[in-house]
This record gives sequence, C-alpha cells and structure tokens, in this order.
Amino acid sequence: MQLLMEQMLNGLAMGSIYAIVTLGLALVYGVMRILHVAHASIYTIGAYVGVYLFQTTGSLAVAFLGSMVFCAVLGVLIERLVYFPLLSFPPYVPLIASIAVMLTLEEVCRLVAGPQILTFAARLPFPEVDIAGVHLSSTLIAIYVITAVILLLLWYLLNRTELGLAMRATSQDLPISGAQGINSHCIVSLTFVIGSAIAAIGGILVGIYYNQVYPTMGAVPAYKTLALIVVGGMGSVSGAVIAAMLLGLAETLLIGYLNVPFPRDALAFVAMIAVLVWRSEGLLGSR
Amino acid sequence: MSSYAITILTLIVIQAIVVCGLNVIVGYAGQISLGHAAFFGIGAYSAALLSTQAGLSFWSALPIVLLICALCGLLLGLPSLRLKQDFLAITTIGINFIVQAVFLYVPFFGGALGISGIPRIRFLGEALKGPSFLYLCLACLALVMAICWFFTRIFAGLACFALREEESAATSMGISPVRFKLLAFMLGTVFAGLGGSLYAHYMRFVSAEDFSFPLSITFMSMLVLGGMGTLLGPLVGALILGALPEVFRPLAEFRILFYGLMLLLMIRFQPGGILGESSLVRKRIFPMFLRRRS
Repeated sequence: MQLLMEQMLNGLAMGSIYAIVTLGLALVYGVMRILHVAHASIYTIGAYVGVYLFQTTGSLAVAFLGSMVFCAVLGVLIERLVYFPLLSFPPYVPLIASIAVMLTLEEVCRLVAGPQILTFAARLPFPEVDIAGVHLSSTLIAIYVITAVILLLLWYLLNRTELGLAMRATSQDLPISGAQGINSHCIVSLTFVIGSAIAAIGGILVGIYYNQVYPTMGAVPAYKTLALIVVGGMGSVSGAVIAAMLLGLAETLLIGYLNVPFPRDALAFVAMIAVLVWRSEGLLGSR
Repeated sequence: MSSYAITILTLIVIQAIVVCGLNVIVGYAGQISLGHAAFFGIGAYSAALLSTQAGLSFWSALPIVLLICALCGLLLGLPSLRLKQDFLAITTIGINFIVQAVFLYVPFFGGALGISGIPRIRFLGEALKGPSFLYLCLACLALVMAICWFFTRIFAGLACFALREEESAATSMGISPVRFKLLAFMLGTVFAGLGGSLYAHYMRFVSAEDFSFPLSITFMSMLVLGGMGTLLGPLVGALILGALPEVFRPLAEFRILFYGLMLLLMIRFQPGGILGESSLVRKRIFPMFLRRRS
C-alpha cells in the first residue's frame, strides 16, 4: 500500500513534468497549427542554461530566470526565422524544419557542454513532508507546487485577461483575428515566449528530479508530447494537461508497480491510437 | 572503387528504394507517413526470420516478405482513411514506436539481441557480396523506379494525384479514396519491404535499433530534400543525405551539426525539394539545358 502511494506520487510528478512540456506544444499548435518538435530541444537547452547559471552563480532564482529568458528568446527566434516563413506550405514542411532545428540544437548542446551527463545537485527550497509513513521529498513538493502555479497563471492569462482573449482568437483563426485588429504575429511570438519559458522551467525541474542533464534528454519527450496533444485534443491546453497527468500515472503504475512487460515509451502511442479510434477529437477537443 | 565506397553506395541504393516507396505514399497519394522505418523493419525481420528459421533462400522468401509487407501496409494504411494531415503524421510516428517495441520485447523476434546469421544472397550458385550485391540493389532500384514511372501513367496513379490535390473533388468524380489510398500504402510498403529484405541479407544481422524513428525521419528528409512527387527526387535525396555524413567526415565531431544545418537551410529556402516544382534547379538549371538543345 505504501509502495503504491509512493509510486502514485512519483507518477503524479512525472505527469506534472509532461504537462509542463506539453503546455507549450499545445499553445503553439493552437496558434500556428505546427507540430513544434523542437520544443523538446528548447527544454533541453533550458536545463543546460539552468545548470550553467546555477554552477556559476549558485542561485536557483538566477538559474530559473536566466534560463526562462534565454529559452524565450530562442523560441521567438525559431518562430521568426523558421516557422513563420513556412506557414503557407503543407504541414509536413514546417514539421521537417522543426526536426532539423531539434537535430541542430541537440548537436549544439553536445558540442558546447560535451556528451557526458552533467549532475544538477540543487536543493529546491521546499519543505519535506511525511504523511502516514509516505515520504515526500522537497523536489516532489516543488514539482507539484510549481506546476500548479504555472497552470493557474496560465488559466488566468488565457481566460481572464484581454491578452488571453486575443490569444484564443488567434488560435481560432489567424487571418480573421488579424482582420479584427489583433496584431496576430505579435501574439504568435508571445505564445512562443510563454511556451518556451515554461519549457525551460520543465527542463530545470527534470534536471533536478533525476539529477542529470544530457544532450538527448529531449528525444523521448519530443514525440511523446506529440501523442499527448492528440490525446488531449489538438490545441486544447486543458486536455493536454489532463492527458499528461494520466500518462504519467499510467506509466509509473503499469510499468513501475504492476511490472507489465511493456515498453514505457510506447504506452503514450498505444493510448493515442485507442483515443483516435474511439474518440478522434481527443479528450477535450471539439470536432 | 574501394570496398568502403561500395558499402556506402549499397546502403544509399537500398535507402533510395525505400524512399521511392515513401514517395508513392506521400508524394503521389498525399498521405503523410512518418513511420516508414517500421515497414523497412518489417521487411528486414520477415526476410531474416524466413531465412534463418524456415531456411528459405532470399529468392523464395521474397514473395512471402513482400506479401507480409503488403498486408501490414494495408492494415496500417487504414488510419489514413480516417485521419488527416497532422493526426496521420503523429499516428504513423506512433506506429513506428510500437512496431519497434514489438521487435524489442517479443522473444520470437530475438529481443534485444536481434537476429544474426542471415545467409548471403546466392545467385546462379554464387554468394553475392561487394560489387555484385551493389548490382543486385541497382537492378532492384531500376525496377522500383520503372514501376513508379508506370504508376504515374496509369489510372490508379492519376487517381492518387487527384486524391492528393483535392480529396472531396476527386471523390465526387467517382474515385474511391479507400481503394486508391490503400493501394498507394500497399505499393509503398512493398517497396520498403524489398529494401528491408536486401538490407537484412546485406548486413546479415538485424536488431530493433536499426528501425527506430530517427530512420523514418531520415527517409522523410531524403524525400523532402529530393523533391516530393517527382520520379528522381528520392534518388537525389538519398544520394545527398546518404553521402553528406561521408563528405563532412573531415569535420569530425561537427558533422552532425552541419547535417542538421544543411537540412534546415534546404527545407527553409527550398521547401519543394531540389527537383520539386518552383525549385531553383527546375527554374534556372533545367531551362539552360533546354535552351541549348533547341
């Protein structure tokens, strides 16, 4: 029973991290209809910048902020230089471009920081909690709290502010929202800023959680999060978050607790195909 | 030619065969597929199992391999009837991951150890290796390209083009999307199976790692780079992307970076591919030759 609880809490942490990474992807898909595979390499770079800043300054706050700013700039650069000029082409063109960006960024990480695994020995300033014999480390608490804060802020931004209204309008129809007086290109860039900054947080959290940062850490999340935005309903942010949480729990419980002999990384895709067969608009999508 | 160059060329030709298959699905019928390495793997694994377990030769196993691949293509082509564009792209990625997982986790497929001891292909009593194997691959490539050319000339090919351009209009003209999409998928996976079979007998060892998702990306990049929907595009793309890592070898550790940057620049500035419509080659270089002739 205790093991089950601990596995569930770990699964929830996994799900939170998936959710953080998937958020940016869902936002970008919403406004641009582009499968932004390179998002996962932004997350890797976020972790690297975080490690570097933490080792040089020793301050986690600087690491988080610096990494978020760096990734936001990188995200906007990718959008302006690569995606925006390719918007009028069939969707596979930006997709291949995105994969090329990911390949390039991954190599940059390997060349600058070396192929070895870096350790990220930081302690997040959160308390440790023991409830009924179940131990919650400060990292787990930090992941829960930070995810919850990000989700709340994003929900507030999207649903309660004028900017959020503009973002939702842009994601419904880019040209029409432009005709309504919204600076839609600016909104698209802003989406990349928000998504990439959140990915940076995700990268740092994963780095601390596993205490390792390496060049290919984005490879598996890159495609798993694609499956997640399908399961959640293309472009639906809340759907993607729920799908991510469910996947984190399912992965940890099925493989970690029940020891089902099934490859962990294929589970997301099996779930995706099941969803596509029975409910092709996704968990929270609309037809 | 040195045996090193022959090895590289043989692999390029095998990849060109597979990319021709991808071209039928993506370029002719307009159905995006990012899981083509799975079919390449299915072909390679069936050839490996038939030759090591059942003791069949390459030639007697080939029809069975192609049949298996056609059936898998039919089965996995079914999603394309319901899904469009991005959904189909992600689904085919998923198919690639699942097929690879099956190879890796089902003991029948050798698990993590793969299948080794695949015999060489024998032709007229002689084992093919080095240059003679390259000639076999080239013959297969010529056959595949001839079939592709023929396909663009017959009704089925024209029907696929029509479905690619505007599905609802084509359907209203009486073209069955079910029949022709599945036909394109089957043809494409059969070519992938042929490539996989050659690959298995060339490497004489297959493992699940050889057919992972990055290989699908490579196939797709070759096709996009060469020019989607053109006859020679797959060949040009496979040649360039297959040779680039070797050309960049002096750059040592920077070569994958250059590979990625090249791909990025190509797709950014020539999204239709080198031989595609409105590409630089077609606009500037082809007319030069045409003018000279007239």
